[in-house]
Amino acid sequence: MSGVRVLVGTRKGAFTLTSDGRRGDWTVEGPHFGGWEIFHLTGSPANPDRLYASQSGGWFGQLIQRSDDGGRTWTTAGNDFAYSGEVGEHLWYDGTPRPWEFKRIWHLEPSRDDPDTVYAGAEDAALYVTTDGGQKWTELTALRTHPTGPAWQPGAGGMCLHTIILDPVNKGRIYVAISAAGAFRSDDAGASWLPINKGLRSGEIPDQDSEVGHCVHHITQHPSRPDTLFMQKHWDVMRSDDAGANWREVSGNLPSDFGFPIAVHAHEPETIYVVPIKSDSEHYPPEGKLRVYRSRTGGDDWEPLTTGLPQSDCYVNVYRDAMAVDTLDPCGIYFGTTGGQVYHSADGGDSWAPIVRDLPPVLSVEAQVLP
Amino acid sequence: MIRVVLPAHLKNLAHVTGEVRLEVTDPVEGAGPVTLRLVLDTLEARYPMLLGTIRDRHSGKRRAFVRFYACEEDLSNESPDAALPERVSAGEEPFIILGAMAGG
Repeated sequence: MSGVRVLVGTRKGAFTLTSDGRRGDWTVEGPHFGGWEIFHLTGSPANPDRLYASQSGGWFGQLIQRSDDGGRTWTTAGNDFAYSGEVGEHLWYDGTPRPWEFKRIWHLEPSRDDPDTVYAGAEDAALYVTTDGGQKWTELTALRTHPTGPAWQPGAGGMCLHTIILDPVNKGRIYVAISAAGAFRSDDAGASWLPINKGLRSGEIPDQDSEVGHCVHHITQHPSRPDTLFMQKHWDVMRSDDAGANWREVSGNLPSDFGFPIAVHAHEPETIYVVPIKSDSEHYPPEGKLRVYRSRTGGDDWEPLTTGLPQSDCYVNVYRDAMAVDTLDPCGIYFGTTGGQVYHSADGGDSWAPIVRDLPPVLSVEAQVLP
Repeated sequence: MIRVVLPAHLKNLAHVTGEVRLEVTDPVEGAGPVTLRLVLDTLEARYPMLLGTIRDRHSGKRRAFVRFYACEEDLSNESPDAALPERVSAGEEPFIILGAMAGG
């Protein structure tokens, strides 16, 4: 029977949670890199034993760790994330120009078919790629040097490139999202970029039709519908059916359309999941009830999923990279909270149970199906 | 021989326990003074996984929350090309690298 490995990055280390395909009994291993922030821990789709971790900390900076045995042992990979060429400036919070300054890697996106090729999203926003398993990282400079770059401004969490989607059908097509610059698409493997923010509405910026400046929190895509994208924005849940050229709001009957993660069911491309948060200034679930909302219609109509989740006095948040699905049938859904719980559903969201309850605050969750 | 004390996180990263002992030789002068730069260059050459964790890989600037102590003195803001205390270069006292006190 297939197994599942859930990769969890936290404020104080990395953890792996493993189970067989029934997903009833779990083994917890870790912490790896105890005491370090693990912004993202992920595996190669081409070789599930090849893992990459973005290890970061205020004291000692950015490291990349790599495992070739599914997380049992790790070696340090390259961490030279230099901006290439002229560094340039973006806008600071006070509206003054400020030079780009590397702070950390938020997200690692391994290639679908080459374990040695990985894309990395940085704060301050830049996109890097390695083709040698993480030893050498090269910036794809066309993104940072896009003509709109000098107008990009950080969100409250920093000017982070947090979402990278490598299109499964259109080779060379890459989507990225940056807080608070917005979403961008490349059709030529990162040689040039197009802002794709038409239809987004953000009350935090004066020009609603601005090409950039929208605080996109996360984007997801189902591999069978590559032109359909789902977005959790700062406020608003959005969808596009033309590869990001136009967006429309699908928040529908959600109790709040503020949130961070958004995920799509592995086998139902119109079934999506979000975790509504009360507001931009109150990062916890409305009414203290932790509810995942599921839409089976690609948005607009949403149902709360509550079975097994705390329905009183719950004030945790779920970060943008902390929700994932597995590809088993029924589809498994996983999410981690700032309270250190990792919840899972082995039935597409109908019921939930914690795998662990007392980890450090969870920054990222990924799910791998093992042979 | 220079004795270097690493903070716990960097010991784990470099897979060492206890003090690190480095043979430090000025590659140009051969017998020039032992400087902070020379000690860190030698340390990073032997433990390349430490590159970027103590100082910026390109500018060489000390990371903000890293401190350098020796002989009960704070050398964090000394010039990287200043000679370290004689007792450090003689191996009598360790050169201490540590993470600054900061919460979290």
